[in-house]
Amino acid sequence: MRTDVSPNVLDELREIAGDSHVLTADEDLLTYGFDGTWYDQRPLAVVLPANTAEVSAIHKLATRERLAITPRALGSGLSGGAVPLSGSLILSIVRMNAILEIDETNHVAVVQPGVINADLQSAVEARGLFYPPDPSSYKQSAIGGNVAENAGGARCLKYGVTSNYVQALEIVLPDGAVFRTGGKMVKNVTGYDLRALFTGSEGTLGTITEITLRLIPKPKFSRTAMATFAKIDDAARTVTAVMAAGLIPTSIELLDNLTMQCLEEFSPAGLPLEADAILLFAVDGDHEAALDAESAEIERIARANGAGEIRVAHSQADSDRLWAARRVIAPALARKRPHRLGEDISIPRSAIPEMIARVRTIAARNNVIIPVFGHAGDGNLHPNILCDRRDAEEMKRVREAAREIFETAVDLGGTLSGEHGIGLLKKQFMEMDVGPEALRVMRAIKNALDPLGIMNPGKIFPDPGGVDAFTLPGVTS
Amino acid sequence: MSFTAPDIPPADVFNRCVRCGLCLPTCPTYVETLVETSGPRGRIALIKAVAEGRLNLTSPGFVHQMSECLDCRACEAVCPSGVEYGRLLEPARTQVQRATAARQPWHVRTLRWFLLDRVFSSMALLRFVATLLRLSQKLGLQSLARATGLLRVLHLEDSEKLAPRISDRFFVPRDQRWSAEGKRKATVFMHAGCVMHVAFANVDEATVRVLQKAGCDVVAPSGQGCCGAINIHAGEMERGRQLAKRNITAFEGSGADVYIINAAGCGSTLKEYGNLFEDDPEWAQRAAAFSAQVRDVTEWLDEVGISPDLGAIERTITYQDPCHLVHAQRIAGAPRRLLAKIPGLRLREMPESSLCCGSAGIYNLTQPEMAERLQKRKVANIMRVTPEIVVTANPGCAMQMAAGLREAGAEISIKHVVEMLDEAYAAYSPSIRLEPASASSSV
Repeated sequence: MRTDVSPNVLDELREIAGDSHVLTADEDLLTYGFDGTWYDQRPLAVVLPANTAEVSAIHKLATRERLAITPRALGSGLSGGAVPLSGSLILSIVRMNAILEIDETNHVAVVQPGVINADLQSAVEARGLFYPPDPSSYKQSAIGGNVAENAGGARCLKYGVTSNYVQALEIVLPDGAVFRTGGKMVKNVTGYDLRALFTGSEGTLGTITEITLRLIPKPKFSRTAMATFAKIDDAARTVTAVMAAGLIPTSIELLDNLTMQCLEEFSPAGLPLEADAILLFAVDGDHEAALDAESAEIERIARANGAGEIRVAHSQADSDRLWAARRVIAPALARKRPHRLGEDISIPRSAIPEMIARVRTIAARNNVIIPVFGHAGDGNLHPNILCDRRDAEEMKRVREAAREIFETAVDLGGTLSGEHGIGLLKKQFMEMDVGPEALRVMRAIKNALDPLGIMNPGKIFPDPGGVDAFTLPGVTS
Repeated sequence: MSFTAPDIPPADVFNRCVRCGLCLPTCPTYVETLVETSGPRGRIALIKAVAEGRLNLTSPGFVHQMSECLDCRACEAVCPSGVEYGRLLEPARTQVQRATAARQPWHVRTLRWFLLDRVFSSMALLRFVATLLRLSQKLGLQSLARATGLLRVLHLEDSEKLAPRISDRFFVPRDQRWSAEGKRKATVFMHAGCVMHVAFANVDEATVRVLQKAGCDVVAPSGQGCCGAINIHAGEMERGRQLAKRNITAFEGSGADVYIINAAGCGSTLKEYGNLFEDDPEWAQRAAAFSAQVRDVTEWLDEVGISPDLGAIERTITYQDPCHLVHAQRIAGAPRRLLAKIPGLRLREMPESSLCCGSAGIYNLTQPEMAERLQKRKVANIMRVTPEIVVTANPGCAMQMAAGLREAGAEISIKHVVEMLDEAYAAYSPSIRLEPASASSSV
């Protein structure tokens, strides 16, 4: 792979995308070298194409020149997927940000990859439709990034993750060939499911240039309630009991005490700081009576499992305030310690109480701070190890705690990532999770589609002696 | 070349950025360019890089970014990690200004010296300049200056279009005292502003009347002057401190309940005097005590309650959030609640009402191209809701939007929130009892 880029190649890039859409200044390379993680690298150059034809031409040039490409949207990812390794070219798709069509008959939206999730949500909701996947970064992350990472969110408990809504894709393959898979039809089992393959491929197989998303009618009513617990174990047991009772709330979110403290410092939302943990419940549907019954049942189960106070949000504003607080947890944790290693384990929901208990033990044993929050209803938890990267001794303990959390998750029948992807952060743990055979299948696919290895190199696959969350230098350190 | 004392951007502030990117879609220059370097997360990374010796303070991209940022603080308002962006940008600009001043073109240096070191430092000189400007506006000398090419020589062709219409009389603070109407609730000292008191004297007068009606004794203390915002935003923090000291001295020990300001940009600066003197043991306490008493006029009226004797104004308005009110001071509800009390007034929210209009102090002079892009964007957003009046709460926004609307040939007037209240009081007739129309948000 090349580690430099010649002036001639830059000129060709400028011919493709236009002079002002190829960035090579030091300052630009610096600001495109990171995402929402702590890594800092430098791309060779940044190119911002305007359409599929330009993306294709860039891929062809990269193939000819053996240049690596790291596709990038808004760069809010939490696994290092958009960090340019090995001197990659950053291919930013943010200029491709049009909602091309909202088809109210077929219930689909056709969008370019740079459309921000929140903008799509408002556009479809204005027509009585609903796009459920709602990563906490929905205000600053683009659909292209959501698809590449197969993003989840709070509402995924009831409605499923991004891949459940990807109905068609337009892809530019590494060599510049453009193809489409899927369409506006609902059912489609013709051949391999390539939409599923590219959704969550983290930019390692091609660049996504157009997306057709399934929409559903917007539920007419919703309710939000908060239950407080003196013991986090009771909160965990409530989650499993609610789901076991056959209820499917829109969301069940868990926040522990440390998480609440950070949030209240950011913007007081009236969270009960005396509680060990809280659960936030949302239910939605078209019939108020059904919602009342569902809410009452949840309240009964929560009380039976040790809930203290139960507060129901009486206005949309109250409810919005609670959910807005929930969405900014991850960055709000920066108020406690300068750095954090945000994990994203996903476990069967029956194992939630055990997992939470073990995370607390791991934190105590390694003497690190680990607030726990997450989408408890679907078993997707985000233990965040708070730390200061400049403290080498502390980082040893952080690394040990991270390893133990991964092992525990796998041990309990779970997996490394529920919605953030593997990227750089977790690639060294891949084999432990998926096993050698699955990893061999994944490598075979990668090699078949990207034989030169130019697409987002260094991501997903473990490399012996290579980088992981701790060994890749961030300038931050 | 890295930062040198004094006024080094504090590391504990930029180290808080976890780079989540939530600030990007709120940043006017990011949404216009879609380039990360032109966004808050990128600029914070650049400031950090200079602080850590990885980037040169005078590198062209850094100098450009510190100038292209509007200091609108939209990023700061949404930041969950608590990065106080203004506390990074203002010292960083001061550093750039110090390091590059000698290289700036002569007309920029002359203009900066004249405006920042002279005009905004002396209210008497400002009034003298304003008087000349008023005369030239009355006699049509501007067209003469344009015709003779004088403005072109001074590179002032564009800025002349933005110059405020000078008031017929000034609002000069000379320790005047106006008594509360009805039951006295508080004594307030008023900061009359610099641009405000010569170009928006009518707004200052309306402020006094509305405060009186709200049960406030109002005093306009002499000895006050420009708050320093123009200087601080332009990278002249030391000059800003001198101006701040003058205001602190003029107001402290007054026994006033609060200090009232009707210009959002000035209010945010007055409220941050505490930060300005962090490293100065002699002034830190006094500055912090001063800041604690400052209230924007809309914030105060909303808190203390206004007289209900409001007559009807049958008009459709839209409200433009001044950046330094909504983002820097986090005040969005108060002005809307006050407007909603006026019978007959219909508020139609425009899209992106809290996105900067491109005014931003002397930004028109330093970044004319971006200022114009944002001005056009703002005008387009206003036109989408077809109001008769745009209401705002800051002189910079008022001038920028007025110029933009004039250019677009739109007959839409600009008013301050207190002007609307003042007009409603004037329209009041005790025999008719009116209920306020509910504020509608049709967008």
